[in-house]
Amino acid sequence: MIKIEQLYKRFGKLQVLEAINLSLDGGQCIALIGPNGSGKTTLIKSVLGMVVPSAGSIYFQGKDIGREWAYRNDIGYMPQIGEYPENMTIGQVLDMMKDIRRVPENQLDTELYEKFALGQIRNKRMRTLSGGTRQKVSACLAFMFNPKVLILDEPTAGLDPLSTEILKEKILREREKNKLIIITSHILSDLDDLVSQIIYMQDGKVIFHKSLIDLKTETATDKLSKAIAAIMSNKQAVPTVISHE
Amino acid sequence: MNNKIVKYVITDLLRNRTIVGYTVLLLALSLGIFMMEDNADKSIASLLHVVLFVVPLVSIIFSTIYLYNSAEFIALLVSQPLKRQSIWFSIFLGLGAVMLLSFFIGVGVPTLLYASSPSGLMLIAGGLLLSLIFVSIALWTAVRIRDKSKGIGLAIILWLYFALIFDALLLFLLFQFADYPIENIMIGISMLNPIDITRILILLEIDLSAMMGYTGAIFREFFGTGGGMSLTLIVMLLWIAIPVGLSVRYFKRKDL
Amino acid sequence: MRNRLSFVWRISVGLWVISGAVHAKTIEVGQRQANKSIQAAVALANPGDTLIVHGGIYQEGNINITKGIVLIGKDGPVIDGQHKYEPISIRASDVTVQGFTIKNSGQSSMVDMAGIKIYNSSRVTIQDNILDNNFFGIYSQGSKNCLIKNNRLRAYGKAEQYIGNGIHAWKSDSLTIVGNEIIGHRDGIYLEFVTHTQVEDNLSSNNLRYGLHFMFSHNNAYYSNTFRANGAGVAVMYTKHVRMERNIFEENWGDAAYGLLLKDITDSHIQHNIFVKNTTAIFMEGSNRVQILENRFENNGWAIKIMTSCMDNTLTKNNFVQNTFDIATNGGRIANTFDGNYWDKYEGYDLDKNGIGDVPHHPVSLFSMLVERYPTVMLLFRSFMVTLFDRSEKMFPSLTPEKLKDDKPLMKSVIL
Repeated sequence: MIKIEQLYKRFGKLQVLEAINLSLDGGQCIALIGPNGSGKTTLIKSVLGMVVPSAGSIYFQGKDIGREWAYRNDIGYMPQIGEYPENMTIGQVLDMMKDIRRVPENQLDTELYEKFALGQIRNKRMRTLSGGTRQKVSACLAFMFNPKVLILDEPTAGLDPLSTEILKEKILREREKNKLIIITSHILSDLDDLVSQIIYMQDGKVIFHKSLIDLKTETATDKLSKAIAAIMSNKQAVPTVISHE
Repeated sequence: MNNKIVKYVITDLLRNRTIVGYTVLLLALSLGIFMMEDNADKSIASLLHVVLFVVPLVSIIFSTIYLYNSAEFIALLVSQPLKRQSIWFSIFLGLGAVMLLSFFIGVGVPTLLYASSPSGLMLIAGGLLLSLIFVSIALWTAVRIRDKSKGIGLAIILWLYFALIFDALLLFLLFQFADYPIENIMIGISMLNPIDITRILILLEIDLSAMMGYTGAIFREFFGTGGGMSLTLIVMLLWIAIPVGLSVRYFKRKDL
Repeated sequence: MRNRLSFVWRISVGLWVISGAVHAKTIEVGQRQANKSIQAAVALANPGDTLIVHGGIYQEGNINITKGIVLIGKDGPVIDGQHKYEPISIRASDVTVQGFTIKNSGQSSMVDMAGIKIYNSSRVTIQDNILDNNFFGIYSQGSKNCLIKNNRLRAYGKAEQYIGNGIHAWKSDSLTIVGNEIIGHRDGIYLEFVTHTQVEDNLSSNNLRYGLHFMFSHNNAYYSNTFRANGAGVAVMYTKHVRMERNIFEENWGDAAYGLLLKDITDSHIQHNIFVKNTTAIFMEGSNRVQILENRFENNGWAIKIMTSCMDNTLTKNNFVQNTFDIATNGGRIANTFDGNYWDKYEGYDLDKNGIGDVPHHPVSLFSMLVERYPTVMLLFRSFMVTLFDRSEKMFPSLTPEKLKDDKPLMKSVIL
């Protein structure tokens, strides 16, 4: 569904992404993992067209996304920090996105809207909302238009446990619909029962891309967090790029 | 351009306290001046200071801060199926429309009520154009500089430059070349500052008698003709178009 | 013999004078009259006769009037100089020319040709005529006690050297110039070496040079005239004892344009005039002991430019309203009095409520001093920086003349 070829990105002197090659398919839930500053967010933003790559190409359903914008109709994005015009109400923000996406009302996925009970606070101004409530709005927006691809940047940060559960269940259900879901998270325990594949990044490079099962067998652990810890402790032993295709 | 974004930016800004405060401040100043002064041209002269200093200052600083505060939201919009240039241009239109509306309510309406003379109309036109020009310059500042405090700093410096420093340089130049016929060059140089253009146009209305003197006559000859006036209007429109155009170009390639 | 002859002579002269006075003839001139030509009728007439000239166009070259006769136009007769001749020359006293349209005088750089020219005569009346497209309009040369009244003069001068003055008087005395309208000449009214003359109720507008221009003309008075949109307003030079009252000076625009230019004027009186929309309302140079009182200065670029060569002038009870600059001067030495005027730029207060401001008003701004020296600086007027300059100068005066001030500024304008 998404194919990335020889992607490079440089911010001034800093090489943020270096020779990234990835192929991401539908029906997978992929965890994008790596230490701070490893280039995860930049990679996501490149896919979303928010960051313009220095070199390389990204293909979405076989089409190069350079200078394209319509492909983003098929992507739902939940940013790390959801900031909205502070004087708009939740209802207005949702309406604006509906206006932009032009998806008919009956095809909207309002499950999260209902489960997070956003309807009750529809008329609250964005500036009065807590970080968690804004996350709920962001999550709701990401799923609302039934996109083929979901990109979730630290989706559970700031959410209460109950809402985290609601979101996780939602992610699983969407995975069943053969969608591609990309998640970055620091909270590895959250990812355990969600993800099917792992991409590990460090210093702007993809260290490996493999299935969760493979990873667990290789490291002989049953938890993702332990597996990662094992890999990080003997990083030298791991080949630089393990492709999973 | 995307009508929806324009619409939502306007909805958001109309509830903004700063905008409401700015409108009320302008309205209070205008009404106060018009009520205290019985001579319409004297009121226009007092309001001229508001138009030349307050309007550019608020337009550029407010717009810059708004753009920085909206950075995350703008990033989110970019992740949506929208053309980048239409997002940025829509934000310009929204901001511009609100600044125009504020100015029109705050200064335009009282002026139309109390002094709908040629000088009054010129004042309104000048204020409207200056509002748009400084929103446009703010867009350019905000898109070029990532850091919020540096960006606001640059906006303040730009305002100081147009409102004060430019004139100081001009005065220095005038003293240096006082013995040469530099009037025509001065017309050209004044085109480099939209605040000066506005000021001179209004001078030609309210200080017409003095401007009919030797130096002023050259300005009057230029600005008084249809050709000179159209050229001036084109220059003012360029002052709107160029910064916003450059900022759109930059925004298209910007990493968010 | 000699006695007898002288007796007869005296008798006949006496009879002639009496018959002239008692049996003054009326001669009709016109297409349908016995006399078709004015010239012929003038030749026929005796002093004291009246010529009634009926409507029609008379192209007779120069009509030279050498007798004290009255010419009255009826139904608008037109005397056309065909751009070659001086239509009417008056070379006798007691002549009246009334009710004619006189047009197209010749034009010469050798002699000053006029529509009507009075040569060294007295008691001539020029009244109710229309003078159209003449080189000079009405010209009085070495004449006395003449009346020039209610004439309409119009010319279409393109450049000063191709057009003469509207009403021009030279070395004349005791003229009365009243109710005339002069448009499009070089100077509207020009007086040189003219004395004891009244200029009243005239309108002089859109003339190429001055609306009124006089030099070396003492003891004259100018009342209730309007001078509008002339090349350079009114110029009075090298003259003593002038009274100028109730005149209106307006829209005299341009670099060298003044409402009123006073150059070497002494012991004169300027009162109850209105100066509106002039680039400089009054420019004074080398003028002493001039009283400027109860005038209104409104919407001028500069109300008064007073050069340091002026002394002992008094300005009082004037209203200064909405002028770009009220007073400008070229130096620090001030020997004139400015007390008791109303200045709309006055920012002082009146705590004792006596109608007079408690702190003096300094009507000269720093910026106006700058503009005097560097005219181009005008370009920066009303900019923030210039306002700052003026404000700080008001607080700590250093460059503006400290002594040029009104110690008794009025809080309310003078009712005139």
